[in-house]
Amino acid sequence: MKPVEIAKEIYDVGVNDWNIRDFHGYSTHMGTSYNAFLIIDEKITLIDTVKKDFADQLIDNISQVVDPKKIDYVISNHTEMDHSGSLARVMHRIGEDKPLFCSKMGEKNLSRHFHKKWNYRPVKSGEELNIGSRTLTFLETRMLHWPDSMFTYLKEDKILFSSDAFGQHYAGHEKFDDVIGDAIMPHARKYFANILLLYAPLILKLVEKVTELGLEFNMICPDHGILWRKDPAKIIGAYVEWSKQENTEKKAVIVYDTMWHSTERMAEAIVSGLSEEGINVRPMKLREWHRSDIMTEVMDAKAVIVGSPTLNNGLFPTVSDFLTYMKGLKPQNKIGTAFGSYGWSGESAKLIHKELEAMKFEMPDQGLRLQYVPDKEGLEQCAELGRKIGKAING
Amino acid sequence: MDKYVCNVCGYVYDPEVADPDNGVNPVTKFGDLPDEWECPICGASKDDFDKE
Repeated sequence: MKPVEIAKEIYDVGVNDWNIRDFHGYSTHMGTSYNAFLIIDEKITLIDTVKKDFADQLIDNISQVVDPKKIDYVISNHTEMDHSGSLARVMHRIGEDKPLFCSKMGEKNLSRHFHKKWNYRPVKSGEELNIGSRTLTFLETRMLHWPDSMFTYLKEDKILFSSDAFGQHYAGHEKFDDVIGDAIMPHARKYFANILLLYAPLILKLVEKVTELGLEFNMICPDHGILWRKDPAKIIGAYVEWSKQENTEKKAVIVYDTMWHSTERMAEAIVSGLSEEGINVRPMKLREWHRSDIMTEVMDAKAVIVGSPTLNNGLFPTVSDFLTYMKGLKPQNKIGTAFGSYGWSGESAKLIHKELEAMKFEMPDQGLRLQYVPDKEGLEQCAELGRKIGKAING
Repeated sequence: MDKYVCNVCGYVYDPEVADPDNGVNPVTKFGDLPDEWECPICGASKDDFDKE
């Protein structure tokens, strides 16, 4: 990707990672981008870098705009290595003594990543940095999504450099929302569901704070994917909606795995029971669906029904994987239940029930386990469970 | 002495260790922390902590 002038003398010098398909356990079927921004002013300023593997491309992109040695300031909005990975190369190239602006936690975290005594300039929320004709304001956004995370706001151009917030894992030639259109929204939604969902209460507070501060945005520039310039309010509105987790849609997700199709047949019967109650239901088998795609569906579902065969007195491994993953993302305001086929001991449904209870799901039923292959009566029990959950969804 | 866990980031406040980086020396009970004390990792307020 060549540098893109996103506003007068402001460039995206980041890179596309077209072929990445596994981003620390998140499936990125359209790749991703690592955006970095170069502002040409009296003090030439670079905001964030890119993943280490792409350091050459970053330096090359910068060089197409300006000699990298002329960079005066570097700002690190987030220390995670997809944005800081090329920092060592950049600092070496531009001069190790150049000021490096980051949050207080950013200084700590960068020191523990790179073990260098750089010229750190820790900044607090509200602090300003004059770079000539422009002023940058810093806004700490701790735990959105790391302790070091912060935003940088360019006052005169009304551009928010929002780090990972409002990002999407998407690599494309389109650089802006008005070019790609609504096709970007599923990527933004998946990003929220898998990276930010657990911090939903903080997001609501942050939006309130930004509204109080009266900040206006001509453009929001995240560190991944496309930039929001046509309608930045749209993605903010979507974040508010997703954060509320009201789950108003009558939707259920059945997440399961199966060994000899018995738990699968149970899932199908539960689907029919839910359908009878008018619920939009989506069964998702764990060995066919990636956990991050399932989580995206879970985000706005009212009910999450989890099924597992009993394997060696415990859960099937993919089910444990998913439960661990979902628990960490702290979905709120859900109804849950458990089911599963077993041979002789049959612990799985009880184990799932316990996990969902610990996630504070509303559990209207004790769950259902059936031995070996379900018969007609067993399948009717499954359909009844589906109807019961459907009624709970319908309130 | 009770430890308290931050509901936002998972940091555990241990009165035996306290938070010397932010001027709170050991041994300081959670209840004796000043009202304006914040989680040293994520900046959450005391209200966001629960007993471990």
